[in-house]
Amino acid sequence: MAGAVVPAIRIQREDFDVAAEIAGLTGGRTDIGAVVTFSGLCRDEQGALSALELEHYPGMAEAEIGRIAAEAVERWPLQGLTVIHRHGKIMPGENIVLVVAASSHRQAAFEAANFLMDYLKSRAPFWKKEHLADGSEGGWVEAKEADDQAADRWKKPSG
Amino acid sequence: MSTKLIYFAWVRERIGKPEEDVDLPSGIETVADLLRWLKSRGEEYENALQHPDVIRVAINQEHVGHREKIAGAREIALFPPMTGG
Repeated sequence: MAGAVVPAIRIQREDFDVAAEIAGLTGGRTDIGAVVTFSGLCRDEQGALSALELEHYPGMAEAEIGRIAAEAVERWPLQGLTVIHRHGKIMPGENIVLVVAASSHRQAAFEAANFLMDYLKSRAPFWKKEHLADGSEGGWVEAKEADDQAADRWKKPSG
Repeated sequence: MSTKLIYFAWVRERIGKPEEDVDLPSGIETVADLLRWLKSRGEEYENALQHPDVIRVAINQEHVGHREKIAGAREIALFPPMTGG
């Protein structure tokens, strides 16, 4: 198995184009049989939310997502992996995060994308602050226990 | 040697600054020691760090536990549990 897949990690303020990111992984290749993409979007919480403000730790955000992506590449036979996480003010309906995992077969691509998202949620240094539709500041989104549990299920048995 | 402390999200808001350089007194060996010492520095620190067990910490941009030694740390970041993705 080729061990040369280098994940592409981008932390950016700008939006991304999902189709262009898929094409970037598959273009000019004939060995990829499966591409799984996950897009995370900002939702408006039944109209209550006007925006999310995403704060991040520059430097560590790239490094930590890089560490998670490197683990995914080690655990699954991937042929390409792209992770993009936005920061700054994001409006309802806009993209926040993208994972694109490419492999010969679907199972590896599904599992790797799932793993990436579970780990991103609890380990990537980003924090969401809500802005409410009535103009007030809604406070910081609280971390969910369920997200930690979702990440824990990928832990390998020790020993 | 001074150490750079960086704060994020509500830890940053409560302390009232994004970062600062501090000279750590002797005897501060672990992350838990650091949190205890910071908490004694004033009301804003007390307010930010009142529940030290929820504070997440990174040394030189890598996650660490509260028992981690901080010797040689250039940059120590304190922040709430993360909510990315």
